[in-house]
Amino acid sequence: MGEGVALTGTPSFEELERSPGFPSRKRLLTGPVAVIECVQEIPCDVCGSVCPYNAINVPSLKSLPQLDETKCVGCGACIPFCPGLAIFLVDSTYSREETLVSFPYELPALPELGAVVEATDRLGRGVTEGRVVKVLERDGFDGTVVLTIAIPAAFAQQVRGINMRGGG
Amino acid sequence: MLTTDVAVIGSGVSGLLAAIEASKAGARVQLIDENARPGGQLFKQIHKFFGSRRHYAGIRGFDIGTRLLEAARDNGVEIMLNSSVFGVFGKEIGIMTGEGHVRWLKAEAIILCCGASEKVILFPGWTLPGVMGAGAAQTLINVHRVLPGTRFLMVGSGNVGLVVAYQLLQAGADVVAIVEALPRVGGWGVHASKLLRCGVPILVSHTIKEALGRGHVEAATITALDTKYRPVPGSERDFEVDVICLAVGLKPNLELPLMAGCETMVLEDLGGRVPVHDANMETTQEGIYVAGDCAGIEEASTAMESGRLAGTAAAEKLGYLSPEEAYDVKEEIRGVLDALREGPFGVERRRAKQLLTQRARTLRAHSNGGTPKWVKA
Amino acid sequence: MRVLKHPILGPLDRRREVKITVNGVVITAIEGEPIASALIAAGITTFRETRVLKEPRGYFCGIGLCSDCMMIVDGVPNVRTCITPVKEGMNIETQLGFERVQEDE
Repeated sequence: MGEGVALTGTPSFEELERSPGFPSRKRLLTGPVAVIECVQEIPCDVCGSVCPYNAINVPSLKSLPQLDETKCVGCGACIPFCPGLAIFLVDSTYSREETLVSFPYELPALPELGAVVEATDRLGRGVTEGRVVKVLERDGFDGTVVLTIAIPAAFAQQVRGINMRGGG
Repeated sequence: MLTTDVAVIGSGVSGLLAAIEASKAGARVQLIDENARPGGQLFKQIHKFFGSRRHYAGIRGFDIGTRLLEAARDNGVEIMLNSSVFGVFGKEIGIMTGEGHVRWLKAEAIILCCGASEKVILFPGWTLPGVMGAGAAQTLINVHRVLPGTRFLMVGSGNVGLVVAYQLLQAGADVVAIVEALPRVGGWGVHASKLLRCGVPILVSHTIKEALGRGHVEAATITALDTKYRPVPGSERDFEVDVICLAVGLKPNLELPLMAGCETMVLEDLGGRVPVHDANMETTQEGIYVAGDCAGIEEASTAMESGRLAGTAAAEKLGYLSPEEAYDVKEEIRGVLDALREGPFGVERRRAKQLLTQRARTLRAHSNGGTPKWVKA
Repeated sequence: MRVLKHPILGPLDRRREVKITVNGVVITAIEGEPIASALIAAGITTFRETRVLKEPRGYFCGIGLCSDCMMIVDGVPNVRTCITPVKEGMNIETQLGFERVQEDE
């Protein structure tokens, strides 16, 4: 089967790296940074107006969001606002062994702080274990929770969620 | 006989916006809906909407519904609920109220915002209890908080199928798979990606072959399709499910436009048969407008804009707005509609809408302005 | 099955319950919900049977268009249960073709 979001429902690595919302490899190593996995032109510009540092630009309604990685400080404010749940935060500087991945969460079972969870990739497959280091709920997020898990650094570009089925 | 300036039939997204816009211009507006509550499909949409700020992007559908209702009330729009419009006869509207009384409403302009219905596909076992429309399941889980089963198969990966599949997960159900007959995902990638992250497989080039069960759905057999959409023998797979949701497209509700004598044309990119309308959302019947999904299946954002356009045009026709005032508003809306119809998912709809407006011009040029045969004496 | 907890909609609030009778059995419904919703929550999914082949039909379109959900309500046939709200004391019967449910014993 072919690759790519239109064929499979999940973006290929090429699509991600090509997209203006995806940070460069260099930037990923220098500190926490937003990772916008929105690779199709759909009429939506919500993310363009929520960054407190003006690091996200959506020039026209259908444009792909552009991440200015020099302005992005990795605060994560954008994560809960994307209606497509397509914005993540990756911090490879958390420690030598571990990377932090933050993602929006709107599913029934919410993990507890400190819980050890199965960390999953873009196809929902468990690829490693993770530890929940932050569970962020705010009224302004309108029901979207931002979860942060610590995972082994090698999985930084794979892990985008957790598996709570059968638990929680 | 009741009278009003502008009658808006249907209080979903487009009807509310049309009513607000016409009312703001000074027209007397009567909004009519057959349901007990206004808002159309808004109140079962629990996801955050897309678009721009003007379209309430980032806000959940049911919250948008609340805001629009407030705006309608603030602008003096009168709403008749539990009132089913059974006929449009010229400019006279026949209404059956919830108590069973018949009332007549004469309007100077009518805006038909009747929305859409789900399409179906037929397969052995499709009549078993447990086979239902995706929108029907969505109403149950989000409005009535009832799950009709625990293991779901979703047929169709357009935005409705994808959005409802995710909402089934949020309601605590399992979605065993989404099957899509096309060789690609029908809806937006981000909707699909969040499902895949939950481990829900989207099987393109697959469709449902049969629903199995005695008295109720107990399993579904799916089959792969070849490049000509024919089932591939031997590719069948069974899934144990108790609900099969059909998300195979929407089509405009045409009963009232047809009865009113509006011309239609078939445009698959807009859901099938669609009422012909011009750049003011006016149909081939003078003073009768259409807006929202009734005018072609699109999005909530386009429904808002087409509702505003129809409301503005109706107010202009009745003299509540000068041509100059109306022109600026309408041109701005048309610009926004163009922007919403860009990108890989929008261009075909834009082309289809152009065909509609071209046809409206052609028909107007050749018409003799006749009225339908059944105008009430 | 009622969805008691939900990540976006929150917990199901305590709502006023009403009692309705379905084919002689009393069940609890929530005031204001459509009859179909109460039945599905109670695990009842066959609402009527077709006249000739006696095939079961249930909730399908949910919007009052398809007629699959029609039942006899307080003696009145062809009531669309997907859009008709429950009322305290309502009597609901499976519609067989155009007739009432028949007791076998």
